[in-house]
Amino acid sequence: MISGTSVSLVECAKTFPDGTRALSPLSFEIEDGETVVFLGPSGCGKTTTLRIIAGLESPDPGGRVLFDGEDVTQVPIELRNVGMVFQSYALFPNMNVEQNVAYGLKVRKLPGAESARRVREMLEMMDIVALKDREIDQLSGGQRQRVALARAIAVRPRVLLLDEPLTALDALLRERLRVDIDALLRRLGITAIYVTHDQAEAMALGDRIVVMSHGDVAQVGTPRQIYFQPSNRFVADFIGTMNRVRGFVSNGVVRTDAGTIPWNGQGEEEVEVLFRPENLTITEPERGHLTGVVETAFFLGDRTRVIVRGAGDTVLVVETSDRHEFREGEKVGLIVGPDMLTFPDGEAP
Amino acid sequence: MARSRYFAYQLAFTLLVCAFLIVPVCMSVMAGFTNNFFKGITSGFTLRWVFEVWDLYADTIFLSMGIALACLACTIVLGVPAAYVLAKRPGRITRMIEEFLVLPLAVPGLAIALALIISYGQIRGFRLSWTFILVGHVLYTLPFMIRAVLAVLSSTDFRTLEESAASLGATFWQRFFQIVVPNCRSGILAGSLMVVTLSIGEFNLTWMLHTPLTKTLPVGLADSYASMRLEIGSAYTFVFLVMLIPLLMALQIWGQPRAPRKAVAEDDAGVVAARRRESGSQAAR
Amino acid sequence: MNNRELHHLSILVLPSLTVFAAFFLLPMARLVTVAGSGDMGAYAYVAFLTTPRYLESLIATVVLSASVTVATLAISVVSGLFLERNRFAGRKILIALITFPLAFPGVVVGFMVIMLAGRQGLIGDITKVLAGDKLVFAYSMAGLFMGYVYFSIPRVVLTIMAAAEKLNPALEEAARSLGASPWLVVKDVILPGLKPALIASGAICFATAMGAFGTAFTLATDIDVLPMTIYTEFTLNANIAMAAALSIVLGLITWVALNAARSLAGSTVAAAG
Repeated sequence: MISGTSVSLVECAKTFPDGTRALSPLSFEIEDGETVVFLGPSGCGKTTTLRIIAGLESPDPGGRVLFDGEDVTQVPIELRNVGMVFQSYALFPNMNVEQNVAYGLKVRKLPGAESARRVREMLEMMDIVALKDREIDQLSGGQRQRVALARAIAVRPRVLLLDEPLTALDALLRERLRVDIDALLRRLGITAIYVTHDQAEAMALGDRIVVMSHGDVAQVGTPRQIYFQPSNRFVADFIGTMNRVRGFVSNGVVRTDAGTIPWNGQGEEEVEVLFRPENLTITEPERGHLTGVVETAFFLGDRTRVIVRGAGDTVLVVETSDRHEFREGEKVGLIVGPDMLTFPDGEAP
Repeated sequence: MARSRYFAYQLAFTLLVCAFLIVPVCMSVMAGFTNNFFKGITSGFTLRWVFEVWDLYADTIFLSMGIALACLACTIVLGVPAAYVLAKRPGRITRMIEEFLVLPLAVPGLAIALALIISYGQIRGFRLSWTFILVGHVLYTLPFMIRAVLAVLSSTDFRTLEESAASLGATFWQRFFQIVVPNCRSGILAGSLMVVTLSIGEFNLTWMLHTPLTKTLPVGLADSYASMRLEIGSAYTFVFLVMLIPLLMALQIWGQPRAPRKAVAEDDAGVVAARRRESGSQAAR
Repeated sequence: MNNRELHHLSILVLPSLTVFAAFFLLPMARLVTVAGSGDMGAYAYVAFLTTPRYLESLIATVVLSASVTVATLAISVVSGLFLERNRFAGRKILIALITFPLAFPGVVVGFMVIMLAGRQGLIGDITKVLAGDKLVFAYSMAGLFMGYVYFSIPRVVLTIMAAAEKLNPALEEAARSLGASPWLVVKDVILPGLKPALIASGAICFATAMGAFGTAFTLATDIDVLPMTIYTEFTLNANIAMAAALSIVLGLITWVALNAARSLAGSTVAAAG
């Protein structure tokens, strides 16, 4: 329905007047129709990036923002034709639902009939027709977010920008709206840029994820790449749970305090081995690569999360669908699956 | 909880304070409707004094109302944009501007009036007209309008509202008139009530600025207290109170800028539960 | 956050700054120069220290304002705390009655003092019955004191109630759980919590009493408080330079009082002016 626009950031850095560097020079291409999620802890520069794309902040001199190759760096936000959804929804309290959705059309001086038709279409799409005469303070959080989405899409923006749109909602609703937003973005084929600190949201929505840390891009990739092949420790630690074991590579194995893991790499060096909880299988003590003692176990219903303390200070998190009831002090062996990562020990965490 | 001795003492004290404040008001109202206050109520009830006040001072009442409304218009036109700028750009310069604009509150009205007379008293057309008084009132009431609007602005996230309007294509002026000003309504209302109330009662400045042809209500009151019999002063005070009471009641209701309401709960069951929690916590207090 | 926006914002703030500069800054500057241009020149500023009449007037005004402040705070703390911390039938009416005189101008307050302590006043009637002698003090410093207290109680009570509402009830409960008596709770928990409000409203009370004119004007022209002295200099003696100098001194005192309170209480004190 809405044709996509490609977005390019060229050497966009941001230094605030007080001298803090919010963003190191960033160059990045977003294809038309793509959903890109900027993910990272607060203060990592993801919101700054979004605001630069929106036109709410300008990049430091030299940085440029291109929409379909056209330089929009100097174009103020009101002329950039972007749709924006805010964490706080930012619905206008002085207008009802319908007036909120119609506001962008009114500002564009769209003829009344055309505007009414489009508002109706948006309300239907977001399933909020029944709420059209409600005042904003009569809406729940989830309803507000639907209105905010309808309002942003109604102007047929070139790019849809979403700034932590689900953060203010409770967990159950967050999941439901996440599914709805995903369906909406696919249906519209619109270029969407989504900022969040929630990795589950990023995994579910992003065609690509940009993980950011301290104003720098830590990794760009599909959700699978980010999860299975984190390119550095920050990404590995930030996404999901990660076990880390230190060891020494020699003769096709990694020797650690807790045991020996098979290793098909070469050379002799100190390394840190990382693997996910689901990448470990619990077995008898004598058959495992690693051995340890059960410290605690949390029964989660479909699976059990077991904390195992190995020799030295190694603490490993294991997830298993085994129905066995693990007891504190029980000795267990652990088989490490093939999907593991190593980083040279010297690399900064 | 059994109420202690302390409760009784404090209640008695507070009632005494209340009597100190209210008894003279009642006496004054009574005096305005008795034939001869010196002799007491026995001298009989009359509306004579009220009519006499109307004959003598009706013009002061209208002038006061006119000045109050003009003052209101000025403070809205000047104060709302100023408050917006102060809220929008907090910083050293705006801090200074705010300090400046509230300065007339820290300086006695007498000094301001004197300064105005020294500077503009020579311009006869201005000195003799009611606008001379208006200027004083605007200086004195403007800080209240600014403060009331600022209070609302600082309790709402107007910046995000503006950003969202901008993202929808609204220009600066559209954002100001369609988003910022409508969402300051409660502050403008609270400020307006304050401005009108203060303007109607202003005396310190007005006494110096008025001319025999531009007497406001409080000036007329001072005049009647000094030169008329007690009953007329009382009846005049009564007229003043009658004007004041609706303003005071409105201030009670709308005087506190309201904070924006939170989102309602996700469904009806949630609403009921939330209400129950609320009333529970109130009972606990 | 660009230059265009700065330009728009300047347009918005310009009208109020213009009015302020033309009708406040400029006249105030004129006032300062006029004060120094009389027979005595700049000496006018120290004249109030060397002329007994002015000095006495200044001292009397400061003493009066200070005692009004102390009395008002004492009365208002008791009543304000009581009204905020107890729920009983008629509480709302009581609050409405106590805050009713909030908007009375000084002249009306003066008239109320006449009603109470004037020649036909209530206090006179009562004392006549009790002691056989009519007590009339409306037209003296005592009457002025009464008027200023009358004027200040409503706003100070409101400020204290608002501050008391914001006190954390857990602190008081904690103190009581540690065995503090009601009096100790008031002394160690409540009054320290109210301190900013007390300083702020005290300063406003003091500054208002210093500069008030209407009440004194209604009660009598021969009570020598500073505003009356200024008025007399200006109208009767036509000594404009002296009147200007004295009002600058008066303005400085109130301004300093409000600012000192603000730096002590850390809030915007002039707000309730």
